[in-house]
Amino acid sequence: MTDAVTVSELVKRYHPHAPAAVDGLSFTVERGEVFGLLGPNGAGKSTTVSVLTTRMLPTSGRCLLFGTDVVAQPARARRLLAVVPQRQNLDRSLDVRQNLLFHARYHGIARDERTARAAELLDLMGLTDQAGRRVERLSGGQAQRVVIARALMHAPQVLFLDEPSTGLDPQSRLFLHARIRDLRDRGVTVVLTTHDMEEAATLSDRVGIVDHGRLLALDTPSALTEALPGGTTITAQVRCAEGTAADKIVTALTELPGACAVEHDPAPGGTGPGADPAQSFRVRTDTDPSALLPEVLRTLLDQGAEPVGLSMVRPSLQDVFISLTGRELR
Amino acid sequence: MTTPTTTLNEPAGPETSSDTAAPGRWQHVGPTTRTFLAVLWRDVFTTARRPASFLVQVIVQPLLLFFVFGKVLGEAGYTHGDFGATLLPGVMAFNALLVSLQNTAMPLIMDFSWSGEIEDRLLAPLPGPLVAVAKLVFGTLCGLFAGLVMAPLGFLVLGTTGWPLTAWPGVLLILLLGSATGAGIGLTLGTVVSPERISVTFSLVLAPLTFTGSVQYPWSSLGHLKWFQVVSAINPLTYVSEGLRAATLPNLRCIPLWTDTLVLLLALALAAAVGIKGFMSRALGRR
Repeated sequence: MTDAVTVSELVKRYHPHAPAAVDGLSFTVERGEVFGLLGPNGAGKSTTVSVLTTRMLPTSGRCLLFGTDVVAQPARARRLLAVVPQRQNLDRSLDVRQNLLFHARYHGIARDERTARAAELLDLMGLTDQAGRRVERLSGGQAQRVVIARALMHAPQVLFLDEPSTGLDPQSRLFLHARIRDLRDRGVTVVLTTHDMEEAATLSDRVGIVDHGRLLALDTPSALTEALPGGTTITAQVRCAEGTAADKIVTALTELPGACAVEHDPAPGGTGPGADPAQSFRVRTDTDPSALLPEVLRTLLDQGAEPVGLSMVRPSLQDVFISLTGRELR
Repeated sequence: MTTPTTTLNEPAGPETSSDTAAPGRWQHVGPTTRTFLAVLWRDVFTTARRPASFLVQVIVQPLLLFFVFGKVLGEAGYTHGDFGATLLPGVMAFNALLVSLQNTAMPLIMDFSWSGEIEDRLLAPLPGPLVAVAKLVFGTLCGLFAGLVMAPLGFLVLGTTGWPLTAWPGVLLILLLGSATGAGIGLTLGTVVSPERISVTFSLVLAPLTFTGSVQYPWSSLGHLKWFQVVSAINPLTYVSEGLRAATLPNLRCIPLWTDTLVLLLALALAAAVGIKGFMSRALGRR
């Protein structure tokens, strides 16, 4: 079975002497997958999407959508794809429903079918009340929902979303995320570009991290975070009985299988009478923390410490992203 | 959430979506033609639903030209005889070329610079140059309308006699070519000009185009001002004005119809080629 998207050795230079905006990028997106293209501003994400959506010619390389070459057969590729661009580009001369209907007309969808689909998508996107409104009167979130509804009018097989959450309020964001999951459930392949780590982590089946036009890493969000050195940190806050030696607890914790390093934070305000007796121990591990967690608890109890708080911090996609792309501002 | 129904459940497969004609009124035409007509229809539809602004653009300026040049100057004794009959084809030509040019150029300048509205049409399953051709056809239709509407207006304001039926094939041919050339120039301008340079470009292009286009006088009458006659000969509007005069005023000395047709065909081919090339570089060059 062919992949939904195949990008091989894609290069795009805007000027012959300028550095390449996309520099030998290769990846595939499987059918029905939500694929996140993550990278800082100017990493080449939007350029890649522009080439894949036939809006820009590559300098070299090959891009296929379901086996259709986007450069050789752009019109055929456009039947398969739909785009939600970074900046909404609705037709201001048309109202909301007409935007949907004309899009379907461009794609040769018969009148009855396009009317039915428009009604259905307006309902799905919560836009039925706005159907007759001019698009310049819509809020940012509403306009974006219209753009998505319009994109879905011709039942594309692969939907490209370029920075879809930029400028959205939290409600619109959650709504957008729910719709993206619906699309995946229906078998639509989704390619989204974002620099929002949380969005990439929660939505994507796989994430490709790009910078300077190159692919730095490609895997599931959990595999990417697990591969990060440093691992998970388990922090336990405890109250200790008088006379309990913290260094004994540290030694016991260090001996646990899987524990890499143990640190002790003395209680804030010193150890004298009247001070807050809570103190914390931090255990770092590179292995699966779920096996270590009960062991840490047991050890603390055995040593006469009373756990009052427990937290586990896994590395986030942001840590992966920063470790790969660096901290300097773009 | 709402349960999606069948139409959205199944994304169209590449086999089913490639070239299967949707049933309906356009069943007999191919998918490319159908998409082309849809893209063209969008411009016709959006213009027709706001007819007032289009009609003002089409009628006000030529009406004033008719009034001042045909009526006021005539009553004041500055023009005489059948000046109205000479002026009418010129204004018709001027209006056709200008309206077609503006209606092609202006929306494109906005589209390519900031609104991006045309992107949905550029993503239609249609070869990109055909989107440009749809723009040309729409501009040509605007120009044809703007030219033709001058005929009754001119007859009314200028009081000239109507044209014989035999003159109309020539009039239609020249108007069609003139409008298409105007649309071609508009397409070129629309893909080259940035919005901050609209006013300076239009001053640099429109005014010279208007005043060297033999609108208010026959080209042959410039014999005593040779350099201006040469300048006028470079302007395609001259051949529209002169072509319409050749078709409607057989006794007037003007550039023969076949020369006008030939020059306009060449101008159209050049403007359309440059315009489509510019259009494609804008359409494929930007994010």
